[in-house]
Amino acid sequence: MKDVDVLDDFDIEDYIRQDQMPHFLCPGCGHGIALRALMWAIHDLAIPKDKLAVVSGIGCSGRLSGYVDASTFHTTHGRPLAFATGLALARPDLHVIVISGDGDCLAIGGNHMIHSCRRNLNMTCMMLNNEIYGMTGGQVSPTTSSDRFTTTTPAGNTEPVFDACALAAAAGASFVGREVTLQILALRELLRDAIANDGFSFVEVISDCTEIYGRKNDLGASPEMMMSQKSSMRPFAYRNTVDVPFRPTGLKTGVLAKTDRPEYGKAYRAMTEKLRGKKGRG
Amino acid sequence: MREALEGSQAIARAVSLCEPDVVAAYPITPQTHIVENLSKLVADGDLHTEFVSVESEFSAASVALGAAAAGARAYTATASQGVLLMAEVLFNIAGLRLPMVMTVANRAVSAPLSIWNDHADSMAVRDSGWIQLHAASNQEAVDTTIQAFRITQQTELPVMVCMDGFILTHTMEPIDLPSIDEVRAWLPPLEFDRQLDPEDPRSVGMLVTPDFFPEVRHSHHTAMRKSLEVIETTDADFAQAFGRASGGLLTVEGDVTARVGIVAMGSTVGTLQAGMAHYAAEAAGPALLIKLRSYRPFPARALRDAVRGLDTVIVIDRAISPGMGGILGTEVAAVLAGMPDAPKLVNHALGLGGRDIPETIYSDLLAAIRDPDAPAFSVFDADMEKLPPEDR
Repeated sequence: MKDVDVLDDFDIEDYIRQDQMPHFLCPGCGHGIALRALMWAIHDLAIPKDKLAVVSGIGCSGRLSGYVDASTFHTTHGRPLAFATGLALARPDLHVIVISGDGDCLAIGGNHMIHSCRRNLNMTCMMLNNEIYGMTGGQVSPTTSSDRFTTTTPAGNTEPVFDACALAAAAGASFVGREVTLQILALRELLRDAIANDGFSFVEVISDCTEIYGRKNDLGASPEMMMSQKSSMRPFAYRNTVDVPFRPTGLKTGVLAKTDRPEYGKAYRAMTEKLRGKKGRG
Repeated sequence: MREALEGSQAIARAVSLCEPDVVAAYPITPQTHIVENLSKLVADGDLHTEFVSVESEFSAASVALGAAAAGARAYTATASQGVLLMAEVLFNIAGLRLPMVMTVANRAVSAPLSIWNDHADSMAVRDSGWIQLHAASNQEAVDTTIQAFRITQQTELPVMVCMDGFILTHTMEPIDLPSIDEVRAWLPPLEFDRQLDPEDPRSVGMLVTPDFFPEVRHSHHTAMRKSLEVIETTDADFAQAFGRASGGLLTVEGDVTARVGIVAMGSTVGTLQAGMAHYAAEAAGPALLIKLRSYRPFPARALRDAVRGLDTVIVIDRAISPGMGGILGTEVAAVLAGMPDAPKLVNHALGLGGRDIPETIYSDLLAAIRDPDAPAFSVFDADMEKLPPEDR
C-alpha cells in the first residue's frame, strides 16, 4: 500500500456539482470533510464517474449524494442499503457507495444494515455518525452519548449507544473501520481500502454536529468538537487500531475487522449461471 | 386563558392535558415539534408518561399498539413517509379495535421528496379503519385532540387528528387551553375491558379464518358508521363544557342564497373564509363554504343535506389519485349519485406539495365554473407552462 500523497492532483471541484452549491450543511459540520475524503479516495482509485453510483437515505447525510457529480440516488429514510443491494446485484460493474447516517443506518434502517453485512455484497457504506438527527432539529439517535441533551431527551439521554462497527463486524461485514473527520488523510486511506475491498465494507465516520448537538451540549465550536473526538495525531496511522479509546463510550478507530468471506454477488451470479445451464439457455 | 402558541406546541399541551400513559414517536418534519414539546413536558415533570424515543415510525406505532393492548392511553404523531411506514401497524390497530390517538401533521409523500403540506399521507391510509378528523385551525386541532381521546374510548376506534403541516403546525395562534381539572372532569378514565391482563390471559391478533373475517369487517364498518353520532355529540358536549365547538361532522357557512358550494378540509377552509370575506361582494359572488371535519367516517347524509338545492359544488382536494382524480371529489360524487336534482360537481386539487393557496383562489374557483370547457377534474394551480406539451 502506497503512502498517501498529500500534494496530488485531487481537486474536489472535479467531483462536485457546482450547480448545487452552496451546499446546505451548517458551518462547522463534519459531513463536508467526510464527503471530501470519500471523493479523494475515489480519485485515488481512479474510478471513472460513469462507474460510480452513490446512494443515500434521508437526513443531513442523505443530502450529500446530490452533490456528487456521478450517478446518485437519494432514497427513502433508512433504505439506501436496500436500494444499493438491488443496484449492486444488477450492475456488478459499478462501484456502489452508500452514504448514510446514524439514524438512517442504525435506527430506521438497522435491519438492512445487519443483513447487508451478513450478505457481504460488494459495496461500501460510509455511515456519518454525528450522534443526532440533525435535519429534523436534533432528536436522540441510537448513537447519542449517555447523558447528552437532545430535543427529545431534555433531561439527558438514558439509553445506551450502539457500537456500529462492532455490530457490522459481528454481522459479517468483510471490512470494518472507523475514523474521525479531523484525520482526513487517514479517513481518505480508510475509505480507499474500504472501496477496494471485495465485499461489504462498513466505515463509520465520527462527524460533528456543531450547530445543534454541540451547541445544546456545550461541546464548543467545530475545532473543539473535532479535537475532543480524536485520540492523538495519527495522520497516516489508521491501519493500526488505536488501543486507547478516544471517547468515554470506548470507541476505537482504524480497521476494526477484515475477513476473506466470499463476496455475495459472485456466489449469486455463479448460481444464476448454473441454473441457466440446467435449462440450456444462454 | 389564551396563550400565543405554535400549533405543535399547542398540540403537545393538549395531549399532555389528556394524560397519556405512553407516547412513542420518531422525528419527521413537520411533526417533530409535537414530540419535542411532549418530551420537554415529561422532562420538566409536568407530564407523567412513558416517553419512548423509538427507532422508526413502524416502531412508534407498534409501541403504541402494545401499550393500547395493555390498556394504556396511547398517543403517537407522525407525517408523510412516517404514516406510510406505519401503515401496516395502523391497519392492525384499527382491526384490533384498539383505542388511541395520533396526530398527522399532513405532508406530501415522496417521490419527489417534499417536506411541505398536502393530504397524500393520511389519504393513503384512508381505508385503514381509523377515524380521521381534519382541523381547520390550531384551536380546532387542540379541541379535536382532546375530543379524540374521548371518541376513541367510547368507540374503541383509533382516531387520527389531521392538521396541515407547517401551515398549522408551525404557525403561532392565540390558543385557549382548558385547565387539567376541566379536562379530567370531561374526559373519563380509560376503561378498556379487552386489555391484556396476566390475571385473565387472552390472545390478541390471532388468525381469523374466512368463517369470521367478513363479520369482523362488517362490525368494524358498523362501528365507524355509528361513530358519526359519537363525533357529533362529543363536539356538542365539548362546546357545552368549554364554550367552543370544532365543527361536528361538517359545518356550513356563508350566504344561504348562494348557488355554489365549496367543500374543503383543513387549513384551506381558513383561506377560503378569508377569500370569501374579501371577494364575495365583488364579481366572484357568494358561496356556501362546507367545512368537512370528519373524513372517516364519511358523513354522507350531512353532506347531502348541506349541498341540497345548490347548482354547483366545488370540491377541493389536497391529494390526487393519479388515474382517477381528486380523492375527496370522487367520494363526494359517490355521495351525490342518485340524489334528486344533485348539484353539478367540479373537483380541483390545490396546494399539492405545499404550493401556496392565496386568498384570491376563492374568486378563481368561482370564475372557473363559468368556463363551459373546464375539465371535471384539474390540478387547479399547476402551471402548464412548466410542463412539456405532452404532459399538459
